[in-house]
Amino acid sequence: MANFTFSRGAALIFCAISISSIAHAKTIDIAAGDGAQERLQEALILAEPGDDIVLGKGSFVLTDGLSLDVDNVTVRGAGPEATILDFTDQKGSGEGLLVTSDNVLLRDFAIINTKGDGIKSKGADQIIYYNLRVEWTGGPKSSNGAYGIYPVESKNVLVDKARVIGASDAGIYVGQSDNIIVRNSTALHNVAGIEIENSFNADVHSNIAMHNTGGILVFDLPNLPQQGGHNVRVFSNRVTDNDVPNFAPAGNIVASVPMGTGVMVMANRDVEIFGNVFDNNASANVIIVGYQQPYDDAQYQPVVRNVRINANSHGKAGYAPDFPGGAQLAAALGGQVPPIIWDGVEGDAANVASSDAVPFLTLGLTTSDQSVAQAQPSIIAPGKVTLTLPVITMPEAMEAKIR
Amino acid sequence: MMQAIIRSIMVGALVAIAIPALAGADGNASNHAIQQVNDKAIRDGGYVRTLSEYGLFADMRNLMPAQNVVPYTLNTALFSDHAVKKRLVYVPKGGAVDVSDINAVIKLPIGSVLVKTFGYPDENGAFRPIETRLLLHRSDGWAALPYIWDEDGSDARLALGGKRMMVNATLPDGARQQISYAVPNKNQCKGCHALDNVVTPIGPKLRNLDDGDAAPDGGQLARLQRAAILPDKLPQHAVMPAMGADAPLADRARAYLDINCAHCHNRKGPASNSGLFLSYQEQDQIALGIGKRPVAAGRGSGGRDFAIAPGHSDKSIMIYRMGSTEPGIAMPELGRNVNDAEGLALIRAWIDAMAKHERAD
Repeated sequence: MANFTFSRGAALIFCAISISSIAHAKTIDIAAGDGAQERLQEALILAEPGDDIVLGKGSFVLTDGLSLDVDNVTVRGAGPEATILDFTDQKGSGEGLLVTSDNVLLRDFAIINTKGDGIKSKGADQIIYYNLRVEWTGGPKSSNGAYGIYPVESKNVLVDKARVIGASDAGIYVGQSDNIIVRNSTALHNVAGIEIENSFNADVHSNIAMHNTGGILVFDLPNLPQQGGHNVRVFSNRVTDNDVPNFAPAGNIVASVPMGTGVMVMANRDVEIFGNVFDNNASANVIIVGYQQPYDDAQYQPVVRNVRINANSHGKAGYAPDFPGGAQLAAALGGQVPPIIWDGVEGDAANVASSDAVPFLTLGLTTSDQSVAQAQPSIIAPGKVTLTLPVITMPEAMEAKIR
Repeated sequence: MMQAIIRSIMVGALVAIAIPALAGADGNASNHAIQQVNDKAIRDGGYVRTLSEYGLFADMRNLMPAQNVVPYTLNTALFSDHAVKKRLVYVPKGGAVDVSDINAVIKLPIGSVLVKTFGYPDENGAFRPIETRLLLHRSDGWAALPYIWDEDGSDARLALGGKRMMVNATLPDGARQQISYAVPNKNQCKGCHALDNVVTPIGPKLRNLDDGDAAPDGGQLARLQRAAILPDKLPQHAVMPAMGADAPLADRARAYLDINCAHCHNRKGPASNSGLFLSYQEQDQIALGIGKRPVAAGRGSGGRDFAIAPGHSDKSIMIYRMGSTEPGIAMPELGRNVNDAEGLALIRAWIDAMAKHERAD
């Protein structure tokens, strides 16, 4: 009898406490000014699930990275031009803001001049990056941090209305994640504007990728915990004028992206590229290749397969190809390279097809590690393409937060 | 009737939460000498404001540990800007430590504390503490809390947000140097102390506690057994060498990487996404970095192609990052502001000694 009463009492206490913690979700206001580093970091530590941390207007001068490890917290500012987290004087940490908890919403502020990455979220499921600016204000430099917005190893990732400028690797980079949407965002003056790497089930749509080295990349690399990237749709984007010389530090895989690339797919399977506007990309509008480096990984698949290209609008492209063998190829083909280029590995079995009314070049290579010099190029006529990949959706609770 | 029950239970719960908070706030605890460790503060004291409240030191000013709070050392320790680190462990009465997994930290029971005080000798050679970091094993898991010492050395205060400060450091050769020293904030503790995103200790593994049995008192393991920290029976285990020990180069290098890097660079750690795994027991050569290309290093690659280029330390990303103090390049990312010259020399020697196709065992 006593046992029964005790456990019922305990259950009631538990119930009362959980109800009261939701009811007491609070707003914590943090103003810019002296001691911003410690005040803001303490608020991020002391926040409880359900809380809103509201950053005031002005510039927050920060000397170390910030971090958030509490579930279900919103960090909001007064707008990406009004609330600025300024890391120009950063003395430590690999990023400006690191999120390692779930169901977080970051919105309406800017992060500038971080020494490493801008905002990183690792294992942070259901994260939303909304109406943010991440910028290196000195223009494109290899001393800029690598990634602007960097979700990794996460499920249900939404990047919406973000603006990223000056990243020395990728402006918006999603790595080793599953169920992803990058939409309504702008990537300018980055090496790669937007990159989906080693990830599954991603929609990249309605974005602007201009004045990068390469606009949008879909890559898959070996020797990583998650690989075999697949089911990626790149559609309704404006991918034009990607004319910034590659300023990635040498040795990084993105340092091999030719200047003037629209969309580049490397390895991966099941990628659909449709309804995009391409123009003024000096190398090519669409490049589809396998992984070219030597590798040691029994599980890895270097060949690119099942790529469907459909209903894109192609402006000027291929007039100054920036990849090894490009100039010779252009000369051989009458002055410029076609706007869609594929390495041709596995031929028909690779299922790479385009229905766009522009020349589609296959290099006729037989293995992914061959060079352009070994190409046996030929033009493939446009064919019928049926798009089959499903629409990516976020859990309704996430969309409701930003509606 | 139900409402009355709920209301009285809620009031009861609120009172139960309030009492310890009041006891902490009035500072009574620090006015008399603490004879006993304060088990309640350790187990569920929440954000205890001052270090003295835990009762871990019989005398705060000279850092004399209280009864049952036991000093220990590690064979190879994390480099922290040449700071001297004094380590203590407390296991509550009757608590049993599980040592069965030789590759993991010894499993200390709930109510245990790991205490690490950082500081430097002053110009007279006397040790001056800067901060004490606590790892408290509470009922809902480990909690990491940083405490910064007052100037007068009488007590240390909780600093959830950490602090960056200029400190007069004394280097091992006696030279004095001003360095920008960062006390970590509570999240940064977890930035290294995490496996599968759960706070966990790092250092006290059997292989890093075992300093042999040559010493007159039988060695550290025997000492910890006599102090009722370690159990009587210990499993067979490897022994990690100390940095300056007379042990094979590869062994010393792997021990260094284990304690300085592998807390993040392991399959379940904060750098799990990198594919670079540096635990003492790691066998996969690419995961160890040999011929491994950078994934997300950015400018941290230094223009180099591989984490480890065997025979060529100057072409290895690992050496580039260990030799930098710039955020965005430096590795480790947290916990140091100057380079570890001795560690750098050790890893250089190890890489340069590798033949082109040698395994890094």
